[in-house]
Amino acid sequence: MKNKLNILNWKPDRSSFPDMGEDGKPVISLDSEKFIKVWQGPNHPGITGNMSLELTISGDEVVESKTHVGYLHRGFEKLFERRRYIQCFPTCIRMCVPEPDTNEYNLARGVEELDGIEVPEMANWLRMIVLEMARLQVLLRMVPGQAGTMGLGLGVQWGMYYRELILDRMEELTGARIYHMYILPGGVRGLLPDGFKQRLEENLVKIEGFLKDIDKLILHNAVFKKRAIGIGHIPKDWVDQYGIVGPVARAAGYQRDVRKDYPYLYYDQIDFDYNIEHDSDMFARFLVRRKDLETTLDILRQIMAKMPDKGEIRAETPNVLHWKIPKGETYVRCESSRGEYGFYMVADGSEFPRRINLRGPSYTHAIAVLEKLLVNANISDVSAIMLSLATCPPEIER
Amino acid sequence: MEALLDRLKTRFGVFDFEQKKTYQSFCSVDKLSLVSLVTYLKATEGFKVLVLISVVDWIEDGKFQITYLLNNPELKTDIGIRTFISRDNEEMESIHDLWEHAPTFQREIREMYGINFPGSPRVDESFLLEGWDDIPPMRREFDTKKYSEDTFFPRPGRKTNDPAEYMKQKLYPDEK
Repeated sequence: MKNKLNILNWKPDRSSFPDMGEDGKPVISLDSEKFIKVWQGPNHPGITGNMSLELTISGDEVVESKTHVGYLHRGFEKLFERRRYIQCFPTCIRMCVPEPDTNEYNLARGVEELDGIEVPEMANWLRMIVLEMARLQVLLRMVPGQAGTMGLGLGVQWGMYYRELILDRMEELTGARIYHMYILPGGVRGLLPDGFKQRLEENLVKIEGFLKDIDKLILHNAVFKKRAIGIGHIPKDWVDQYGIVGPVARAAGYQRDVRKDYPYLYYDQIDFDYNIEHDSDMFARFLVRRKDLETTLDILRQIMAKMPDKGEIRAETPNVLHWKIPKGETYVRCESSRGEYGFYMVADGSEFPRRINLRGPSYTHAIAVLEKLLVNANISDVSAIMLSLATCPPEIER
Repeated sequence: MEALLDRLKTRFGVFDFEQKKTYQSFCSVDKLSLVSLVTYLKATEGFKVLVLISVVDWIEDGKFQITYLLNNPELKTDIGIRTFISRDNEEMESIHDLWEHAPTFQREIREMYGINFPGSPRVDESFLLEGWDDIPPMRREFDTKKYSEDTFFPRPGRKTNDPAEYMKQKLYPDEK
């Protein structure tokens, strides 16, 4: 019996595996027949997008990983240079498929900052509602999706249903389910429909019930815990060194949330706290996102209670076809479900942007962090680690 | 921010200082001083996070502007450092030893603008555009319309609208 236990608890010492050369890189020779190359992707392994990983494995252990992107490149940043600012909106939302509203918001805010436009109060509250609903529908997929990457697909099916409820509200408010184009420079496109708050509240109550189911199905699931605790551990000193943001940084114990650090819209009037964990592994990141879900429900309720019933929703703007934005540059950011999401914008005084550059969380999470994190990981954990970092290739490729 | 600016002016000769927001400023510095300035900001002034490296092509001036945006997470402030390099000698010193994700930015810039960062890991590997043999596509002289006309055939029978004319009709029908 004693021997059996020892076998179960046996953990090989992999600290010096693979062999490292003098240049600090792993020594890998395919001719040695100890290693093989496996390509994961560009198909989705879960909800992590069309990117591929060139994995070198020994047995079932990854010894080297390289991220390859480019399967979704549509040259958005180049296209912006030849479009008027208003024409950039339908394009920019495609830079992040699951959460397009952050793109609209950043672009609108960049234009407003560069041209000194004051947005009416009501429009800012409506922007907050849309941004939080967008965060909610992403988290409803992503939280159970973490278990989905390990074969527990039931939670994802449930989550998709609740996500559809939020998409119904999005459709009601904006006319579209995925790409809303609701936020425009100077304001938003419309007011809340009659009875919207009540219907949203009914959805939020249902989602609260779903959270309890998630806890029973995933959080207290022994298999999930076994596969998530201690896996994909990110050392705390990586956070600044790799530019890690959002839930991944918060799971490492860092207080990083753009809504609190650089308050925009009316987030300074909303009562919420950083959701922090300290273990910095896949399980900690799951817990942070699980808490983020609850926080989002709470924030949505606070917004609905505090926002006025009516008011102006668009500031006066110049004719959008001849709108020349004064020369200048700015960096605007907001908190997406995956972390800080920023636009660096440069205007040259013409009707066309000189440069709009997106900096999304995946730019570092899916490349520098993932490549290093996968070394010594088991190949069956690869897609789960990807999802815990919330990789989203469109925001890398732009 | 003003005290910081004074220190940077004295030590590194920064110029064109602009405070955009209470927590965000931009300044310019000579190409040769950039790496020492960035190193100083990271090591001494608490700007520990590299947010992005971005390039703006000022083709009319024959220059590339490279912007390094740094963030101080304790003081919650940003500083954007601009430096200008000639379009004829498109080379910049690498900062890959300062941040682990800097090589990714530099590799993309190498591919999209043709700016070289000697010594940066994997800088010559293709990032998005495998097998690309045209000029770097983010340069202003790269004509996307001509490229697509040369590369892709127009689909027969497809009706096209000028987007600007279409929007004008929709939004401002009375305007002549």
